[in-house]
Amino acid sequence: MANYVEMWKELGMDLENHDNLCAVLPVAYGDVYLSQENRPEGMAFWDMVVADIHGIRPAELIEAQKNGQKVFGTFCVYVPDEVVIAANGIVTGLCGGSQFWVPDGEAVLPKGTCPLIKASVGARLGKTCPFFRIADMYVGETTCDGKKKAWEILGTDVPMHVMDIPQMKREKDIVKWTEEIKDFAAIVEKVTGKEITAESLEAAIKLINEKRKAMARVYEARKAENIPISGKDALLMSQIAFFDDPARCAMMCNKLADELEQRIADGVSVFPAGTKRIMLTGTPMAIPNWKLHHIIETSGAAVVCEETCTGTRYFEGQVEEGKATLDEQYRAIAERYMGINCACFTPNSGRVDDIIRLAKEYKVDGVIDVNLKFCCLYDTEGYTVEAALKEAGIPVLGIETDYADEDSEQLKTRIEAFIEMLG
Amino acid sequence: MNYIGIDIGSTCAKVVVLDEQKNVCLEMVQPTGWSSVDTAEEIKKKLLAEGIDPDASPCVATGYGRVSVPYANKMITEITCHAMGALKINHSQDALVIDIGGQDTKIIRIEEGMVKDFIMNDKCSAGTGRFLEVMANSMGMRPDELCTLAETGGGVTISSMCTVFAESEVISLIGRGEPKENIAFAVVDSIVSKVASQASRLHEKGEAVCLTGGLCDCEYVCKALEKKLQSQVITSPQARYAGALGAALAAAKIKL
Repeated sequence: MANYVEMWKELGMDLENHDNLCAVLPVAYGDVYLSQENRPEGMAFWDMVVADIHGIRPAELIEAQKNGQKVFGTFCVYVPDEVVIAANGIVTGLCGGSQFWVPDGEAVLPKGTCPLIKASVGARLGKTCPFFRIADMYVGETTCDGKKKAWEILGTDVPMHVMDIPQMKREKDIVKWTEEIKDFAAIVEKVTGKEITAESLEAAIKLINEKRKAMARVYEARKAENIPISGKDALLMSQIAFFDDPARCAMMCNKLADELEQRIADGVSVFPAGTKRIMLTGTPMAIPNWKLHHIIETSGAAVVCEETCTGTRYFEGQVEEGKATLDEQYRAIAERYMGINCACFTPNSGRVDDIIRLAKEYKVDGVIDVNLKFCCLYDTEGYTVEAALKEAGIPVLGIETDYADEDSEQLKTRIEAFIEMLG
Repeated sequence: MNYIGIDIGSTCAKVVVLDEQKNVCLEMVQPTGWSSVDTAEEIKKKLLAEGIDPDASPCVATGYGRVSVPYANKMITEITCHAMGALKINHSQDALVIDIGGQDTKIIRIEEGMVKDFIMNDKCSAGTGRFLEVMANSMGMRPDELCTLAETGGGVTISSMCTVFAESEVISLIGRGEPKENIAFAVVDSIVSKVASQASRLHEKGEAVCLTGGLCDCEYVCKALEKKLQSQVITSPQARYAGALGAALAAAKIKL
């Protein structure tokens, strides 16, 4: 990693503290990922990305900036990548998934804030993540109260645009979201200096649709009786998708899906026959949060699906292509994004329907409903989700946790007991 | 052939040995102490002294120290073991079990002999044996003495759920001269309130519950819990060994 030190220095990073992060990540990755057996060969790409996670892609982004492109950092699957790409911009995800960043976040935020927000703010203010340094503009959204207020704090340190997400899904809300997207497009055009045309937007829509389809193919393979990829590896694919170039992401995911489909045909599995199939529902798992997947998959079960923002909510549903005017395209984008069932909406019965449908499609034996500590929305909705699953005869375990490792033994006991309960 | 169940909890290690007919022939309890590895070694010596060779008998370990028993043939979580032990003690196939342990409290729903659902407290000692231990310690008495004394008290509550804050509340109550029995009442009331609220997601009004774990000997805890839950609480001195008993029953299914 040494050859990136100059780059990090130029980005104004806290090199000393960043070294601490660089020291722990390879150990964690070795324990969690490289210890797995019989992984798909295609995962070598993601191993390489993680090995230089603060090097390769940041260097690409800096190169692009030198060529006049602008980088937009986002925190939510509701922010439409298509708009940025249509204006020759680049999107990078910015969600923090490590306890490492939490103390720097807690320096300005209440302790009772969810770890995702604390880590995201901490990664910026602590100057320990290149992606947070590189982004020309941050794009926040109003999914929860914690985020809304955090944007005000981050906004004093970096240019920030906030999209106002509706809280309901009536026609007038879709109209409102369409307007929000148009306002966002105008901001993006101003930052990039490039006009968005119907042609450029159509190309961007197609590009992101292809990326989503490729990710969906990888997930489709996980429905097979013999599970060709571990939940951990699939999660990593999804986490990296937020950072990668969308065309390359689609290509690598399709390549991986080819291999997985071949594995299914050949009867190759990474788990012994009869391994219990678990679906996770709930809050997102930003990189490098592999905590629950690791506990589950070292306790004798397999994760076959994630109904999360770092899972199905990210790639399900496509933007309708072939619209003639920008107005129609923005409306089509709004419709696709308003189809994501996040707990910030009320009512949100669509999410419960999704969960029951996915549980059946992925033939799961049980569901673990995960809540990041202090996420009031998903925590409260957990009651409805768990009740619906029990009603459908699907065993469910509710878990609340954060990024720290202190509770991993307790979690292990609960998860092992849940797996024992599945028989 | 004997079947051995070892439950290494955070506070106490419990051992149950079954004979060929699955009748209990030995029960032992000892403090877990600092090292569950040492505890497992001590248990082995005691078993050998009783003429039972743990290396030659099917053995299941449970409890948070289950990973520290090198001679166990299998590890099973305390949830499953407590459920199986409670069923055996109660001669039943359906039950709602409340286990108040040293560091966690579990509510377990059992139907037709199988665990159907369970709830465990989060990483917090409110409503656990540890809470009782810390409060008893700050009042200079044993946990069982505190429970007995509590029955004669009343009129005081402790509002903090956090053990550390609750302890300072107890100390200030002592400081202002509140009679000990009233403080003891408040301590037990705090525990049973927390347990009852935790149980409310699985407990149906009026449904009898089985209490297992270290507090099953405290008559007043059972009474107070009955009042909070408005339901009958069934327990027995044997319920302390429910986890170890469940483990021993699981051991009886192992073919060496």
